[in-house]
Amino acid sequence: MKYKGWDEFEIGAMLRSFDGAIDDIAGTAQIDRKYSENNSYRANVADWRILKPVFNKDYCIDCQFCWIYCPDVSIIARDKKMIGVDMDHCKGCGICVEVCPTNPKSLLMFVDYADEEAELAQWPAKDEEE
Amino acid sequence: MAFDKMELRDIEVWDGNHAAAQALRQCQVDVVSAYPITPSTPIVEGYAKFKSDNYVEGEFVMVESEHAAMSGCIGAAAAGGRVATATSSQGLALMVETLYQAAGMRLPIILNIVNRALAAPLNVNGDHSDMYLCRDSGWIQFDAFSPQEAYDLNMIAFKVSEDHDVRMPAIINQDGFLTSHTAQGVHTLTDDEAFNFVGTFKPMNDMLDFEHPVTHGVQTEEDWHFEHKARQHNDMMTIIPNKIDQAFADFETLSGRKYNKVECYDMEDADLAIVCMGTSVETVREVVSELREKGLKVGVIGLRVVRPFPFFEIAEALKNIKAVAALDRSAPGGAAGMLFNEIAGSLYNTDSKMLLSGYIYGLGGRDLTKTNIVDLYNELQANADAGKVLTKQQQFIGVRGPKLAYL
Repeated sequence: MKYKGWDEFEIGAMLRSFDGAIDDIAGTAQIDRKYSENNSYRANVADWRILKPVFNKDYCIDCQFCWIYCPDVSIIARDKKMIGVDMDHCKGCGICVEVCPTNPKSLLMFVDYADEEAELAQWPAKDEEE
Repeated sequence: MAFDKMELRDIEVWDGNHAAAQALRQCQVDVVSAYPITPSTPIVEGYAKFKSDNYVEGEFVMVESEHAAMSGCIGAAAAGGRVATATSSQGLALMVETLYQAAGMRLPIILNIVNRALAAPLNVNGDHSDMYLCRDSGWIQFDAFSPQEAYDLNMIAFKVSEDHDVRMPAIINQDGFLTSHTAQGVHTLTDDEAFNFVGTFKPMNDMLDFEHPVTHGVQTEEDWHFEHKARQHNDMMTIIPNKIDQAFADFETLSGRKYNKVECYDMEDADLAIVCMGTSVETVREVVSELREKGLKVGVIGLRVVRPFPFFEIAEALKNIKAVAALDRSAPGGAAGMLFNEIAGSLYNTDSKMLLSGYIYGLGGRDLTKTNIVDLYNELQANADAGKVLTKQQQFIGVRGPKLAYL
Protein backbone atom coordinates (compact mmCIF):
# COMPACT_ATOMS: atom_id res chain seq x y z
CA MET A 1 0.00 0.00 0.00
CA LYS A 2 1.27 3.48 -0.88
CA TYR A 3 2.20 5.67 2.07
CA LYS A 4 0.10 8.81 1.85
CA GLY A 5 0.61 12.28 3.35
CA TRP A 6 -1.69 13.60 6.09
CA ASP A 7 -3.85 15.45 3.55
CA GLU A 8 -4.31 12.55 1.14
CA PHE A 9 -6.81 10.29 2.90
CA GLU A 10 -10.39 10.53 4.19
CA ILE A 11 -10.86 11.98 7.69
CA GLY A 12 -11.31 9.80 10.75
CA ALA A 13 -10.02 6.34 11.60
CA MET A 14 -12.09 4.77 8.85
CA LEU A 15 -11.42 2.37 6.00
CA ARG A 16 -13.71 1.21 3.21
CA SER A 17 -14.18 -2.52 2.67
CA PHE A 18 -14.89 -2.32 -1.06
CA ASP A 19 -14.06 -0.10 -4.01
CA GLY A 20 -17.31 1.62 -5.00
CA ALA A 21 -20.84 0.64 -4.07
CA ILE A 22 -21.78 -2.98 -3.49
CA ASP A 23 -24.97 -4.88 -4.16
CA ASP A 24 -25.90 -8.44 -3.09
CA ILE A 25 -22.53 -9.14 -1.46
CA ALA A 26 -23.85 -12.39 0.05
CA GLY A 27 -24.67 -13.63 -3.43
CA THR A 28 -21.24 -12.69 -4.83
CA ALA A 29 -18.39 -15.19 -4.58
CA GLN A 30 -15.38 -13.94 -2.55
CA ILE A 31 -13.19 -14.03 -5.63
CA ASP A 32 -15.57 -11.74 -7.54
CA ARG A 33 -15.95 -9.10 -4.81
CA LYS A 34 -14.29 -5.72 -5.35
CA TYR A 35 -12.33 -5.71 -2.09
CA SER A 36 -10.46 -2.46 -1.47
CA GLU A 37 -6.72 -2.56 -0.89
CA ASN A 38 -7.46 -1.80 2.78
CA ASN A 39 -9.57 -4.93 3.18
CA SER A 40 -7.91 -7.68 5.18
CA TYR A 41 -8.76 -10.03 2.31
CA ARG A 42 -5.91 -8.35 0.43
CA ALA A 43 -3.45 -8.67 3.32
CA ASN A 44 -1.06 -11.62 3.65
CA VAL A 45 -0.62 -12.59 7.29
CA ALA A 46 0.96 -16.00 6.65
CA ASP A 47 4.00 -15.02 8.71
CA TRP A 48 1.87 -14.97 11.88
CA ARG A 49 1.74 -18.78 11.59
CA ILE A 50 4.16 -21.31 13.16
CA LEU A 51 2.21 -24.50 12.46
CA LYS A 52 0.15 -25.13 9.33
CA PRO A 53 -2.69 -27.52 8.45
CA VAL A 54 -2.17 -29.91 5.57
CA PHE A 55 -5.33 -31.14 3.84
CA ASN A 56 -5.61 -34.73 2.66
CA LYS A 57 -8.61 -34.97 0.32
CA ASP A 58 -8.47 -38.80 0.25
CA TYR A 59 -10.14 -39.03 3.67
CA CYS A 60 -12.33 -35.89 3.59
CA ILE A 61 -16.11 -36.50 3.73
CA ASP A 62 -17.02 -32.81 3.09
CA CYS A 63 -18.83 -32.54 6.40
CA GLN A 64 -17.97 -28.77 6.51
CA PHE A 65 -17.03 -28.87 10.20
CA CYS A 66 -13.67 -27.18 9.50
CA TRP A 67 -15.38 -24.56 7.32
CA ILE A 68 -17.85 -23.70 10.08
CA TYR A 69 -15.34 -23.67 12.94
CA CYS A 70 -12.42 -21.86 11.27
CA PRO A 71 -12.17 -18.50 13.13
CA ASP A 72 -10.40 -16.83 10.20
CA VAL A 73 -12.69 -17.94 7.35
CA SER A 74 -9.65 -19.67 5.87
CA ILE A 75 -11.24 -22.95 4.74
CA ILE A 76 -11.96 -22.72 1.03
CA ALA A 77 -15.10 -24.61 0.01
CA ARG A 78 -17.07 -24.50 -3.22
CA ASP A 79 -20.49 -26.11 -3.70
CA LYS A 80 -20.15 -27.75 -0.26
CA LYS A 81 -16.87 -29.42 -1.32
CA MET A 82 -13.71 -28.79 0.71
CA ILE A 83 -11.00 -27.48 -1.62
CA GLY A 84 -8.16 -26.44 0.67
CA VAL A 85 -6.89 -23.83 3.08
CA ASP A 86 -6.37 -20.10 2.41
CA MET A 87 -2.72 -19.98 3.44
CA ASP A 88 -2.60 -16.16 3.21
CA HIS A 89 -4.93 -15.88 6.21
CA CYS A 90 -4.63 -19.16 8.17
CA LYS A 91 -3.01 -18.48 11.60
CA GLY A 92 -2.33 -22.19 12.28
CA CYS A 93 -4.62 -22.44 15.31
CA GLY A 94 -5.43 -26.11 14.57
CA ILE A 95 -9.17 -25.90 15.25
CA CYS A 96 -9.90 -27.47 11.83
CA VAL A 97 -7.82 -30.50 12.81
CA GLU A 98 -9.49 -30.70 16.21
CA VAL A 99 -13.02 -30.79 14.76
CA CYS A 100 -12.23 -33.08 11.80
CA PRO A 101 -14.27 -36.29 12.44
CA THR A 102 -12.64 -38.69 9.95
CA ASN A 103 -10.26 -41.54 10.83
CA PRO A 104 -7.52 -40.86 10.02
CA LYS A 105 -8.03 -37.08 10.12
CA SER A 106 -8.23 -35.26 6.78
CA LEU A 107 -6.32 -32.28 8.23
CA LEU A 108 -3.17 -32.49 10.35
CA MET A 109 -0.83 -29.84 11.73
CA PHE A 110 2.84 -29.63 10.69
CA VAL A 111 5.58 -27.06 11.13
CA ASP A 112 5.15 -24.32 8.58
CA TYR A 113 8.22 -25.32 6.52
CA ALA A 114 7.15 -29.02 6.22
CA ASP A 115 6.93 -30.37 2.67
CA GLU A 116 3.27 -31.00 1.86
CA GLU A 117 3.88 -33.82 -0.68
CA ALA A 118 6.16 -35.67 1.74
CA GLU A 119 3.67 -35.41 4.61
CA LEU A 120 0.80 -36.61 2.41
CA ALA A 121 2.95 -39.57 1.34
CA GLN A 122 3.44 -40.69 4.96
CA TRP A 123 -0.09 -39.85 6.24
CA PRO A 124 -0.99 -41.91 9.36
CA ALA A 125 -3.13 -45.02 8.87
CA LYS A 126 -6.59 -45.56 10.37
CA ASP A 127 -6.52 -45.81 14.16
CA GLU A 128 -8.20 -49.21 14.81
CA GLU A 129 -8.56 -48.68 18.57
CA GLU A 130 -10.85 -45.68 18.22
CA MET B 1 -43.87 8.29 14.71
CA ALA B 2 -44.64 11.93 15.15
CA PHE B 3 -43.60 13.91 18.19
CA ASP B 4 -45.25 16.91 19.84
CA LYS B 5 -43.86 20.41 19.75
CA MET B 6 -43.52 22.43 22.92
CA GLU B 7 -44.86 25.96 23.32
CA LEU B 8 -42.22 28.09 25.03
CA ARG B 9 -42.52 31.62 26.39
CA ASP B 10 -40.09 34.17 24.92
CA ILE B 11 -38.25 34.11 28.24
CA GLU B 12 -38.31 30.97 30.38
CA VAL B 13 -36.81 30.64 33.87
CA TRP B 14 -34.35 27.79 33.43
CA ASP B 15 -31.18 26.62 35.14
CA GLY B 16 -28.20 25.63 32.99
CA ASN B 17 -29.06 21.94 33.06
CA HIS B 18 -32.63 22.46 31.92
CA ALA B 19 -31.49 24.91 29.26
CA ALA B 20 -29.11 22.28 27.87
CA ALA B 21 -31.80 19.57 28.00
CA GLN B 22 -34.22 21.83 26.12
CA ALA B 23 -31.56 22.45 23.46
CA LEU B 24 -31.07 18.68 23.04
CA ARG B 25 -34.83 18.32 22.61
CA GLN B 26 -35.09 21.14 20.10
CA CYS B 27 -32.17 19.75 18.07
CA GLN B 28 -34.06 16.40 18.04
CA VAL B 29 -31.07 14.34 19.16
CA ASP B 30 -31.40 10.74 17.92
CA VAL B 31 -29.44 9.00 20.67
CA VAL B 32 -28.48 9.97 24.21
CA SER B 33 -26.36 7.29 25.87
CA ALA B 34 -25.78 8.33 29.47
CA TYR B 35 -24.83 7.53 33.04
CA PRO B 36 -25.90 9.98 35.76
CA ILE B 37 -23.48 12.06 37.84
CA THR B 38 -23.90 15.20 39.94
CA PRO B 39 -24.26 17.99 38.89
CA SER B 40 -24.93 17.07 35.23
CA THR B 41 -27.68 14.46 35.77
CA PRO B 42 -30.70 16.71 35.03
CA ILE B 43 -29.48 17.22 31.43
CA VAL B 44 -29.80 13.58 30.38
CA GLU B 45 -32.73 13.06 32.76
CA GLY B 46 -34.42 15.99 31.04
CA TYR B 47 -33.89 14.48 27.59
CA ALA B 48 -35.25 11.13 28.85
CA LYS B 49 -38.37 12.84 30.20
CA PHE B 50 -38.93 14.76 26.97
CA LYS B 51 -38.64 11.47 25.10
CA SER B 52 -41.07 9.69 27.43
CA ASP B 53 -43.52 12.57 27.06
CA ASN B 54 -43.24 12.33 23.25
CA TYR B 55 -41.48 15.65 22.79
CA VAL B 56 -38.54 14.07 21.02
CA GLU B 57 -38.09 11.17 18.63
CA GLY B 58 -34.98 9.30 19.70
CA GLU B 59 -33.41 6.69 21.91
CA PHE B 60 -32.27 7.05 25.51
CA VAL B 61 -29.71 4.36 26.35
CA MET B 62 -29.01 3.89 30.05
CA VAL B 63 -25.61 2.24 30.43
CA GLU B 64 -23.42 0.95 33.26
CA SER B 65 -20.67 3.60 33.32
CA GLU B 66 -19.49 6.83 31.72
CA HIS B 67 -17.00 4.82 29.67
CA ALA B 68 -19.95 2.91 28.26
CA ALA B 69 -21.96 6.12 27.84
CA MET B 70 -19.42 7.67 25.49
CA SER B 71 -18.84 4.29 23.81
CA GLY B 72 -22.57 4.16 23.08
CA CYS B 73 -22.40 7.68 21.66
CA ILE B 74 -19.47 6.68 19.46
CA GLY B 75 -21.36 3.67 18.13
CA ALA B 76 -24.48 5.70 17.45
CA ALA B 77 -22.50 8.50 15.79
CA ALA B 78 -20.60 6.02 13.60
CA ALA B 79 -23.94 4.43 12.68
CA GLY B 80 -25.08 7.87 11.50
CA GLY B 81 -27.17 9.64 14.14
CA ARG B 82 -27.27 12.98 15.96
CA VAL B 83 -25.80 12.13 19.36
CA ALA B 84 -25.28 13.84 22.72
CA THR B 85 -24.65 13.14 26.39
CA ALA B 86 -23.58 14.89 29.60
CA THR B 87 -21.22 14.22 32.49
CA SER B 88 -19.06 15.78 35.21
CA SER B 89 -15.80 15.29 37.08
CA GLN B 90 -15.19 11.62 38.00
CA GLY B 91 -17.54 10.53 35.25
CA LEU B 92 -15.59 12.51 32.70
CA ALA B 93 -12.37 11.00 34.04
CA LEU B 94 -13.74 7.54 33.31
CA MET B 95 -14.89 8.76 29.90
CA VAL B 96 -11.56 10.23 28.83
CA GLU B 97 -10.26 7.15 27.03
CA THR B 98 -13.26 7.19 24.73
CA LEU B 99 -13.06 10.97 24.21
CA TYR B 100 -9.79 10.50 22.36
CA GLN B 101 -11.45 7.74 20.29
CA ALA B 102 -14.35 9.99 19.32
CA ALA B 103 -12.04 12.81 18.23
CA GLY B 104 -9.71 10.52 16.28
CA MET B 105 -12.70 8.90 14.57
CA ARG B 106 -14.00 12.37 13.68
CA LEU B 107 -17.50 11.71 15.03
CA PRO B 108 -19.77 14.71 15.72
CA ILE B 109 -20.87 14.07 19.31
CA ILE B 110 -22.03 16.80 21.71
CA LEU B 111 -20.94 16.45 25.34
CA ASN B 112 -22.23 18.77 28.04
CA ILE B 113 -19.71 18.93 30.87
CA VAL B 114 -21.05 20.48 34.04
CA ASN B 115 -17.72 21.43 35.57
CA ARG B 116 -16.94 19.93 38.96
CA ALA B 117 -13.77 19.35 40.97
CA LEU B 118 -11.89 16.06 40.68
CA ALA B 119 -11.31 13.96 43.82
CA ALA B 120 -9.52 13.56 46.17
CA PRO B 121 -10.87 14.95 48.40
CA LEU B 122 -14.27 14.11 46.93
CA ASN B 123 -16.17 17.27 46.02
CA VAL B 124 -19.32 17.91 44.00
CA ASN B 125 -18.85 21.66 43.53
CA GLY B 126 -17.59 23.59 40.56
CA ASP B 127 -14.04 24.09 39.37
CA HIS B 128 -12.43 23.55 36.00
CA SER B 129 -10.22 20.54 36.71
CA ASP B 130 -12.47 18.26 34.61
CA MET B 131 -12.44 20.76 31.72
CA TYR B 132 -8.63 20.84 31.87
CA LEU B 133 -8.40 17.05 32.15
CA CYS B 134 -9.60 16.55 28.58
CA ARG B 135 -8.24 19.72 27.02
CA ASP B 136 -5.82 17.87 24.73
CA SER B 137 -8.34 15.19 23.71
CA GLY B 138 -8.98 16.81 20.33
CA TRP B 139 -12.55 17.94 21.11
CA ILE B 140 -13.80 21.41 20.33
CA GLN B 141 -14.52 23.06 23.71
CA PHE B 142 -16.96 25.88 24.31
CA ASP B 143 -17.48 27.56 27.67
CA ALA B 144 -20.85 28.91 28.81
CA PHE B 145 -20.93 31.51 31.59
CA SER B 146 -24.73 31.35 32.15
CA PRO B 147 -27.83 29.18 31.43
CA GLN B 148 -28.61 31.33 28.36
CA GLU B 149 -25.20 30.55 26.91
CA ALA B 150 -25.47 26.85 27.76
CA TYR B 151 -28.68 26.81 25.71
CA ASP B 152 -27.30 28.77 22.76
CA LEU B 153 -23.91 27.05 22.64
CA ASN B 154 -25.52 23.61 22.42
CA MET B 155 -27.15 24.58 19.14
CA ILE B 156 -24.02 26.28 17.88
CA ALA B 157 -22.01 23.19 18.81
CA PHE B 158 -24.25 20.86 16.76
CA LYS B 159 -24.00 23.22 13.80
CA VAL B 160 -20.20 23.33 13.92
CA SER B 161 -19.56 19.73 14.89
CA GLU B 162 -21.77 18.12 12.24
CA ASP B 163 -20.43 20.24 9.35
CA HIS B 164 -18.84 17.81 6.88
CA ASP B 165 -15.67 19.92 6.76
CA VAL B 166 -15.45 19.71 10.56
CA ARG B 167 -16.74 16.35 11.83
CA MET B 168 -15.20 16.92 15.25
CA PRO B 169 -16.93 16.27 18.59
CA ALA B 170 -17.67 19.29 20.79
CA ILE B 171 -17.92 19.95 24.52
CA ILE B 172 -20.04 22.66 26.11
CA ASN B 173 -18.75 23.51 29.60
CA GLN B 174 -20.86 25.18 32.27
CA ASP B 175 -20.04 25.71 35.95
CA GLY B 176 -21.43 23.12 38.34
CA PHE B 177 -24.29 24.52 40.47
CA LEU B 178 -23.45 28.20 39.82
CA THR B 179 -24.76 27.75 36.27
CA SER B 180 -26.24 24.26 36.24
CA HIS B 181 -28.56 24.74 39.22
CA THR B 182 -29.10 28.51 39.16
CA ALA B 183 -32.34 29.49 37.43
CA GLN B 184 -32.18 32.60 35.28
CA GLY B 185 -34.22 34.12 32.47
CA VAL B 186 -33.39 32.40 29.20
CA HIS B 187 -34.48 33.84 25.85
CA THR B 188 -35.81 30.91 23.86
CA LEU B 189 -36.07 29.98 20.22
CA THR B 190 -39.20 28.27 18.97
CA ASP B 191 -38.84 24.55 18.22
CA ASP B 192 -38.91 25.26 14.48
CA GLU B 193 -36.34 28.09 14.67
CA ALA B 194 -33.96 25.97 16.71
CA PHE B 195 -34.28 22.86 14.56
CA ASN B 196 -33.97 24.79 11.32
CA PHE B 197 -30.77 26.38 12.65
CA VAL B 198 -29.06 23.02 13.18
CA GLY B 199 -30.89 21.37 10.27
CA THR B 200 -31.60 17.72 9.53
CA PHE B 201 -28.64 15.49 10.38
CA LYS B 202 -26.54 14.71 7.31
CA PRO B 203 -24.72 11.39 7.71
CA MET B 204 -21.17 10.88 6.44
CA ASN B 205 -19.33 7.54 6.17
CA ASP B 206 -22.15 6.08 8.27
CA MET B 207 -22.24 2.39 9.08
CA LEU B 208 -25.92 2.19 8.14
CA ASP B 209 -25.01 2.93 4.51
CA PHE B 210 -25.03 -0.73 3.48
CA GLU B 211 -23.92 0.00 -0.08
CA HIS B 212 -20.64 1.42 1.21
CA PRO B 213 -19.45 -0.73 4.14
CA VAL B 214 -16.86 0.98 6.36
CA THR B 215 -14.71 -0.03 9.30
CA HIS B 216 -14.54 2.66 12.01
CA GLY B 217 -11.82 2.80 14.65
CA VAL B 218 -9.04 1.06 12.76
CA GLN B 219 -5.57 0.36 14.15
CA THR B 220 -2.48 2.12 12.82
CA GLU B 221 1.10 1.95 14.04
CA GLU B 222 4.18 4.13 13.46
CA ASP B 223 3.57 4.02 9.71
CA TRP B 224 0.16 5.85 9.68
CA HIS B 225 -0.81 7.12 13.18
CA PHE B 226 1.19 10.37 12.94
CA GLU B 227 -0.50 11.42 9.69
CA HIS B 228 -3.96 10.87 11.20
CA LYS B 229 -3.17 12.98 14.27
CA ALA B 230 -1.57 15.66 12.08
CA ARG B 231 -4.76 15.84 10.00
CA GLN B 232 -6.83 16.26 13.16
CA HIS B 233 -4.62 19.07 14.45
CA ASN B 234 -4.47 20.81 11.08
CA ASP B 235 -8.26 20.91 10.82
CA MET B 236 -8.53 22.26 14.38
CA MET B 237 -6.02 25.01 13.58
CA THR B 238 -7.17 26.02 10.10
CA ILE B 239 -10.75 24.93 9.28
CA ILE B 240 -12.64 24.83 12.57
CA PRO B 241 -11.93 28.38 13.86
CA ASN B 242 -13.59 29.81 10.74
CA LYS B 243 -16.53 27.43 11.03
CA ILE B 244 -17.05 28.53 14.64
CA ASP B 245 -17.04 32.19 13.56
CA GLN B 246 -19.56 31.37 10.82
CA ALA B 247 -21.85 29.55 13.26
CA PHE B 248 -21.63 32.47 15.71
CA ALA B 249 -22.58 34.86 12.88
CA ASP B 250 -25.50 32.66 11.75
CA PHE B 251 -26.71 32.40 15.33
CA GLU B 252 -26.60 36.18 15.74
CA THR B 253 -28.72 36.55 12.60
CA LEU B 254 -31.28 34.17 14.08
CA SER B 255 -31.34 35.28 17.71
CA GLY B 256 -29.64 38.67 17.93
CA ARG B 257 -27.20 37.21 20.45
CA LYS B 258 -23.58 37.64 19.40
CA TYR B 259 -20.86 35.26 20.52
CA ASN B 260 -17.10 35.60 20.06
CA LYS B 261 -14.25 33.17 20.62
CA VAL B 262 -12.81 35.76 22.99
CA GLU B 263 -15.47 37.80 24.82
CA CYS B 264 -14.18 41.28 25.64
CA TYR B 265 -15.85 43.57 28.17
CA ASP B 266 -14.62 47.14 28.63
CA MET B 267 -11.38 46.22 26.90
CA GLU B 268 -11.20 49.07 24.30
CA ASP B 269 -9.09 51.50 26.38
CA ALA B 270 -8.20 49.20 29.28
CA ASP B 271 -4.76 49.12 30.89
CA LEU B 272 -5.48 46.14 33.14
CA ALA B 273 -7.27 42.93 32.28
CA ILE B 274 -8.36 39.66 33.85
CA VAL B 275 -8.76 36.57 31.66
CA CYS B 276 -10.99 33.87 33.11
CA MET B 277 -13.77 31.38 32.36
CA GLY B 278 -17.18 30.30 33.57
CA THR B 279 -19.33 32.24 36.03
CA SER B 280 -16.24 34.14 37.23
CA VAL B 281 -16.46 36.18 34.01
CA GLU B 282 -19.81 37.60 35.13
CA THR B 283 -18.51 38.38 38.65
CA VAL B 284 -15.45 40.17 37.25
CA ARG B 285 -17.67 42.10 34.81
CA GLU B 286 -19.66 43.45 37.74
CA VAL B 287 -16.47 44.55 39.52
CA VAL B 288 -15.19 46.10 36.30
CA SER B 289 -18.33 48.27 35.97
CA GLU B 290 -17.90 49.44 39.55
CA LEU B 291 -14.19 50.20 39.12
CA ARG B 292 -14.89 51.97 35.81
CA GLU B 293 -17.20 54.36 37.70
CA LYS B 294 -14.20 55.23 39.86
CA GLY B 295 -12.19 55.94 36.69
CA LEU B 296 -9.99 52.83 36.62
CA LYS B 297 -9.21 51.57 33.13
CA VAL B 298 -9.95 47.90 33.68
CA GLY B 299 -11.43 45.19 31.49
CA VAL B 300 -12.16 41.47 31.46
CA ILE B 301 -11.85 38.74 28.86
CA GLY B 302 -13.96 35.61 29.00
CA LEU B 303 -12.67 32.67 27.02
CA ARG B 304 -15.64 31.39 25.00
CA VAL B 305 -13.71 28.80 22.97
CA VAL B 306 -11.10 26.84 24.92
CA ARG B 307 -10.18 24.53 22.03
CA PRO B 308 -9.12 25.30 19.37
CA PHE B 309 -7.41 27.97 21.51
CA PRO B 310 -7.95 31.43 19.96
CA PHE B 311 -4.27 32.49 19.95
CA PHE B 312 -4.61 35.36 17.51
CA GLU B 313 -7.80 36.77 19.05
CA ILE B 314 -6.21 36.70 22.53
CA ALA B 315 -3.08 38.42 21.22
CA GLU B 316 -5.22 41.07 19.50
CA ALA B 317 -7.40 41.65 22.57
CA LEU B 318 -4.38 42.04 24.86
CA LYS B 319 -2.01 43.93 22.58
CA ASN B 320 -2.35 47.30 24.36
CA ILE B 321 -2.81 45.95 27.87
CA LYS B 322 -0.16 46.83 30.47
CA ALA B 323 -0.85 44.08 33.03
CA VAL B 324 -2.99 40.99 32.79
CA ALA B 325 -3.98 38.24 35.21
CA ALA B 326 -4.69 34.70 34.00
CA LEU B 327 -7.15 32.98 36.33
CA ASP B 328 -6.99 29.20 36.36
CA ARG B 329 -9.65 27.31 38.34
CA SER B 330 -7.75 24.01 38.37
CA ALA B 331 -4.88 22.72 40.49
CA PRO B 332 -1.91 22.90 38.15
CA GLY B 333 -0.03 19.95 39.69
CA GLY B 334 3.49 21.33 39.47
CA ALA B 335 3.22 23.70 36.51
CA ALA B 336 1.80 27.09 35.54
CA GLY B 337 -1.95 27.18 34.90
CA MET B 338 -3.29 26.37 31.43
CA LEU B 339 -4.54 29.91 30.75
CA PHE B 340 -1.24 31.38 31.92
CA ASN B 341 0.64 29.09 29.54
CA GLU B 342 -1.63 29.63 26.53
CA ILE B 343 -1.71 33.41 26.96
CA ALA B 344 2.08 33.50 27.36
CA GLY B 345 2.33 31.41 24.19
CA SER B 346 -0.02 33.75 22.33
CA LEU B 347 2.05 36.82 23.13
CA TYR B 348 5.58 35.46 23.07
CA ASN B 349 7.43 36.65 19.95
CA THR B 350 4.96 39.55 19.56
CA ASP B 351 5.69 43.23 20.30
CA SER B 352 3.58 43.06 23.44
CA LYS B 353 5.31 44.23 26.62
CA MET B 354 2.39 43.00 28.69
CA LEU B 355 3.06 41.93 32.29
CA LEU B 356 1.48 38.53 32.83
CA SER B 357 0.78 36.93 36.19
CA GLY B 358 -1.12 33.74 36.95
CA TYR B 359 -3.56 32.99 39.74
CA ILE B 360 -5.06 29.72 40.95
CA TYR B 361 -8.50 30.23 42.50
CA GLY B 362 -11.86 28.71 43.36
CA LEU B 363 -10.85 25.07 43.73
CA GLY B 364 -13.66 22.77 44.83
CA GLY B 365 -16.24 25.54 44.48
CA ARG B 366 -14.49 28.12 46.73
CA ASP B 367 -16.12 31.50 45.97
CA LEU B 368 -14.28 34.18 44.05
CA THR B 369 -15.51 37.31 45.84
CA LYS B 370 -15.72 40.85 44.55
CA THR B 371 -13.16 41.83 47.20
CA ASN B 372 -10.75 39.23 45.77
CA ILE B 373 -11.16 40.79 42.34
CA VAL B 374 -10.66 44.39 43.55
CA ASP B 375 -7.45 43.26 45.30
CA LEU B 376 -6.37 41.58 42.08
CA TYR B 377 -6.84 44.72 39.99
CA ASN B 378 -4.90 46.71 42.62
CA GLU B 379 -2.05 44.21 42.29
CA LEU B 380 -2.15 44.55 38.49
CA GLN B 381 -2.14 48.36 38.82
CA ALA B 382 0.97 48.17 41.00
CA ASN B 383 2.66 45.96 38.38
CA ALA B 384 1.69 48.35 35.59
CA ASP B 385 2.97 51.37 37.58
CA ALA B 386 6.27 49.65 38.36
CA GLY B 387 6.70 48.37 34.80
CA LYS B 388 7.41 44.89 36.08
CA VAL B 389 5.66 42.04 37.88
CA LEU B 390 6.23 42.76 41.57
CA THR B 391 4.98 39.40 42.81
CA LYS B 392 5.89 35.85 41.91
CA GLN B 393 4.29 34.74 38.64
CA GLN B 394 1.95 32.22 40.25
CA GLN B 395 -0.19 32.98 43.29
CA PHE B 396 -3.23 31.49 44.99
CA ILE B 397 -6.44 33.43 45.72
CA GLY B 398 -8.72 32.67 48.66
CA VAL B 399 -6.87 29.78 50.29
CA ARG B 400 -6.29 29.67 54.06
CA GLY B 401 -2.79 29.45 55.55
CA PRO B 402 0.55 31.13 54.71
CA LYS B 403 0.60 32.98 51.36
CA LEU B 404 1.46 30.75 48.39
CA ALA B 405 3.56 32.17 45.56
CA TYR B 406 5.78 30.41 43.04
CA LEU B 407 7.77 30.85 39.83
